[in-house]
Amino acid sequence: MADAHAHAAHHELEIPYNVHPRPDTGLYNAKFGIWLFLASEVMLFGALFSSYILLRTSAAHWPRGWEFLSVTAATINTFVLIASSVTVIMAWSYLRLGNLKLGRIYIGATLFLAALFLVFKGIEYSHEFHQHRFPSTNTFMAIYFTLTGLHGLHVIGGMVVFAYFLFFGHKMWQTERERYINRIEVVGLYWHFVDLVWIFLFPSLYLM
Amino acid sequence: MGLRRQIRVGNQWLYADEARKALLEAERVMREEDRHKLLHGHVLPWYRRWLFSTDHKVIGLQYGFTALCFLLMGFGLMILMRLQLGWPGHAFSIMKVLGEGRAPGGVLLPEAYNQLGAMHGTIMIFLGVVPLAVGAFGNYVTPLMIGAPDMAFPKLNMVSYWCYVPGGLIMLASFFVPGGAANSGWTSYPPLSDIATMGQTFWLFGMVFLITSSLLGSINFIVTILQLRVKGMTLMRFPFFVWTQLVTSFLLLLAFPPLEAAAVLQLMDRLAGTSFFLPSGLVVSGEILKNAGGGNPLLWQHLFWFLAHPEVYVLILPAMGIVSEIIANNTRKPLWGYRSLVGALVFLGFMSFVVWAHHMFLTGMGTTISAFFQTTTMIISIPSVIILSALFISLWGGSIRFNTPMLFALAFLPMFGIGGLTGLPLGLASADIHLHDTYYVIGHFHYVVAPGTIFALLAGVYYYFPKFTGRRLNEFWGKVHFWVSFVCINGIFMPMFAQGLAGVSRRLYDGGAQYAHAKTIAEQTNPFMSICAVGLLFAQVPFIINFFWNAFQGLRGKRTVDSNPWQATTLDWAATTSPPLGHGNFARAPVVYRGPYEYSVPGDPAGFIPQHVPDTPAPPPAVIGGVIPATAVAQREI
Amino acid sequence: MEKFLGQWMPIDASEHGAELDRLLGIVHWLMLILFVVWGAYFVYALWRFNAKRNPQASYHGAQSHVSTYAEGGIAIVEVVLLVAFSIPAWYRWTKPPGKEKNPLEVHVVAEQFAWNVHYPGADGVFGRRNVKLTTSSNPLGLDLTDPRAQDDVVTLNQFHVELDRDTIVKVSSKDVIHSFKLPVMRAEQDAIPGLDVNIHFKPIRTNNGDRWEIACAQLCGLGHYRMRGEIHVDKKADFDAWLAKEPTAKVSIGS
Ligand code: HEA
Ligand code: HEA
Ligand code: CUA
Ligand SMILES: [Cu+2]
Repeated sequence: MADAHAHAAHHELEIPYNVHPRPDTGLYNAKFGIWLFLASEVMLFGALFSSYILLRTSAAHWPRGWEFLSVTAATINTFVLIASSVTVIMAWSYLRLGNLKLGRIYIGATLFLAALFLVFKGIEYSHEFHQHRFPSTNTFMAIYFTLTGLHGLHVIGGMVVFAYFLFFGHKMWQTERERYINRIEVVGLYWHFVDLVWIFLFPSLYLM
Repeated sequence: MGLRRQIRVGNQWLYADEARKALLEAERVMREEDRHKLLHGHVLPWYRRWLFSTDHKVIGLQYGFTALCFLLMGFGLMILMRLQLGWPGHAFSIMKVLGEGRAPGGVLLPEAYNQLGAMHGTIMIFLGVVPLAVGAFGNYVTPLMIGAPDMAFPKLNMVSYWCYVPGGLIMLASFFVPGGAANSGWTSYPPLSDIATMGQTFWLFGMVFLITSSLLGSINFIVTILQLRVKGMTLMRFPFFVWTQLVTSFLLLLAFPPLEAAAVLQLMDRLAGTSFFLPSGLVVSGEILKNAGGGNPLLWQHLFWFLAHPEVYVLILPAMGIVSEIIANNTRKPLWGYRSLVGALVFLGFMSFVVWAHHMFLTGMGTTISAFFQTTTMIISIPSVIILSALFISLWGGSIRFNTPMLFALAFLPMFGIGGLTGLPLGLASADIHLHDTYYVIGHFHYVVAPGTIFALLAGVYYYFPKFTGRRLNEFWGKVHFWVSFVCINGIFMPMFAQGLAGVSRRLYDGGAQYAHAKTIAEQTNPFMSICAVGLLFAQVPFIINFFWNAFQGLRGKRTVDSNPWQATTLDWAATTSPPLGHGNFARAPVVYRGPYEYSVPGDPAGFIPQHVPDTPAPPPAVIGGVIPATAVAQREI
Repeated sequence: MEKFLGQWMPIDASEHGAELDRLLGIVHWLMLILFVVWGAYFVYALWRFNAKRNPQASYHGAQSHVSTYAEGGIAIVEVVLLVAFSIPAWYRWTKPPGKEKNPLEVHVVAEQFAWNVHYPGADGVFGRRNVKLTTSSNPLGLDLTDPRAQDDVVTLNQFHVELDRDTIVKVSSKDVIHSFKLPVMRAEQDAIPGLDVNIHFKPIRTNNGDRWEIACAQLCGLGHYRMRGEIHVDKKADFDAWLAKEPTAKVSIGS
């Protein structure tokens, strides 16, 4: 009894603008937070891209990605990721329309596409290794593995979150519906960023 | 019906009957809150209350305590280094704590000295000062100052702390791996760091944790400050401290990722055999290094300093914030030129991203680039001058109370002044030719971080201790702590400028005893400096005892001060109890009606008007109605 | 002021040094003035506005705008320091002397924990270097099959230069980053592997007895503190004599 009471007391704590946007910023907290997070992500990948440019421009000669990397696999992956960005938006809009079922189906689709992306990436990696191309082989391979690897980690991170909202998080639908929808929107924003990074990686590693 | 009676409470005109109602209401609210607090206390298991709490106040205290311990530890390492520098090659029994491997027979080995140096720098900056300035003071005070019930993301807040702790533990663990801790300086320049022992890998992993912690923290701070400020708390009514926390958070948010990138690349170099920072054809001790090459050592330096310059402002801005609060409070008058302070602060934040290469003048820089970075460096000194001048001028016309926090805060000004001024010759590339990587640099930045930031933080500890514990630290021992520290710390750092001018390089295991040009000055000054360092250590003893004794008494509920012992105007003091109510901070969200420093307002009998107290309404006409903000009344009772 | 700082600074044996020392002097004047003025004000303010002496604080505080002018003044002085002193000095510092000056060219290659000094020898041309040939007796991997290499002279920690002759030093490193610092020459340059950077100076006085050293200013490992070489400024005759009796690569490396 007392326990329940205390729990109530503990969770009573109301953080303002947790769910509804603050008029003067026009954002609810989580959305504000994710934008800031993405800003720092931009700095992270920005730093890596500039390192890439610096190393490449100072290099005597530079291997051409398309000569040994699989452009087809990468192209397919590009479309896979773009598709996954679309499914996230679908999921969010269906939730907005109050349709949890379809919403979850689309979250599932996103999860599946993300997994598909990793599968292709894995095939590419193993192919490189069979050709005895490792990070230590040369600066290009070093950049290639570092950038795609880090991007892969971001994909996995996104998948974990999606999986959580698909299988567990949706309990919030009954209790805090608005909050649940917000969360899907927020992770969606993150997912678009991950997608965007790949849009940059693809040409700069495979085509240039 | 007849006229209603009116009474004046403080600077409030209230209808007596409604005032009584409001008071009763206030009491009810308070009792409610306290009951919840107690329930918490009883029901939440201790580890939820003290280890994995999501209450920003508890997390703030966790940060504070951990950081102070790390500060002491960083200082301890330095004492060992100072002993070696003062009396090179001499055997000291305490050196034995480092183990036979590092100090056989109590004589420090060069490689061990390098470990201590790198870890001193790392611990002081990343595990000591930043967690104390941002993690502790920022966490505890900022939400209170803006009237928020907690940080915007309490769980995230907990996670930041629990990223910081493992980061620190990994750093400490590195002392025990083969080859010992990182030994390539806190700057970890490759190739040296690429080929260094395992400790460097630990350092990099540790940094990844600390960076994550800071990133999560900075997001939390920015959202909290901009989203959770209460009604009426406009940006220009922020206490200056809040502004410093806001700008600091942006620096952390945008400057740390590049270091994270650099850390990833160096990890690849060390673990995956890449050569991001290794050019071709290296010959290390006779052996040709077997790696692809094609990398660039300067790439690291650019990525590192792109973080590390903003980082040094992260070390100073919160300190300036604390000092400003204390000065405003103890001069009993508003800060001078608040707007120019804020403007300078924001400008400083922007500029700090475009000066990084002033650490790299001697890597072979052309005239154009050096001209650019010299100019930005000179430009960035102006806002600092403005901030310091504003603080100086704030003293004018004040009625200065010389309590311990104020002493530390006042000492900050000239000390930062010395540190900052000595930055100027370093900022002029041509003058830097002779001074680069000498003790002049060490002197420069220690004046800003040690008698500067550390003093400001100590001022903060003395000033906010009543807020944390409901008790004031002992004044007498506080003053002893201050004066001895002040004398000793100058005794350590002032001679460094002479050494630097003499051309004594930094990071020398024997302090320069080997070099013809360094020998004399080293022998003249080093022993004295080391004695002062030991003196400084002893000066901390009264503080530590003072600290623990009163903290302990506070925990036992022995409160000796009322809620607002400094008669402050900001919400953290005036609108809640000391220590504040349980999770949630305020009985009722206060409403802000005025600027942060309304001290000695002409015609105000009380001498200070808290931010949440509405303007005194003229005695209202004798008619029914007229609203009284319940908060105003309620707060008086809190 | 230069005298005041000079009491600690090493003797200046280079032509460009005077200019740098003057800059140092002027900056320190600016610093001193700021510090004294502000410091004096500070002390006075603390005495005058002590709560005992001034029980009632003034809400409005200082009204004057002196500080604004002061800040403007500081900005102007800094601009002057940059434009009139630091940037031109840096330009001269980074611009190597032309061939007509017949500069002495030397390569300095740092390694843990010593300075290899490489002279072109009689023919005045540096021989080819190839890391693969590096041995203990051939620290720079000089390729003796290259005739121009045969007469080269490579010394360890012994750096001789000629009085009143422009000297160009190409600084680089074999392993990690070091920093080639000549306190008496007011010269320093990081020695960065994979990067060759030229610096230059003109010695204007000889050691006559004093011991002048090359310091390593950048942390480069456990021997950093003892990584030092000697620099000798010789009159032309002495310099030639010294170079003549130093073993050529052919001799020192053998075959
Ligand atoms: C909190 C930390 C901090 C702060 C605030 C600063 C502030 C400044 N720093 Fe410093 N700096 C460091 C920390 C800091 N620095 C560290 C850690 C290093 C070494 C890193 C390493 O190599 O390990 C370093 C190194 C460093 C270098 C590289 C030196 C070298 O390696 O050769 C340079 C060069 O430009 C520089 C310049 C400056 C300048 C121009 C400022 C300016 O912002 C200063 C502006 C302030 C003023 C101009 C003071 C104004 C005061 C008055 C006008 C009032 C005076 C009144 C009285 C005294 C009563 N710093
Ligand atoms: C925030 C940064 C910071 C701080 C505060 C300090 C503080 C001090 N530092 Fe350090 N230092 C660095 C950052 C810092 N340092 C860095 C980055 C380097 C370069 C490293 C490198 O070369 O890579 C360096 C290098 C450095 C050197 C040069 C070493 C060398 O080049 O070989 C020296 C030499 O004397 C030195 C000395 C000191 C001293 C005597 C203090 C003293 O001021 C210490 C003062 C500390 C206190 C007064 C402790 C206060 C805390 C408490 C009292 C805790 C109380 C605890 C509880 C209540 C639980 N430091
Ligand atoms: Cu070579 Cu330090
Ligand atoms: Cu800097």
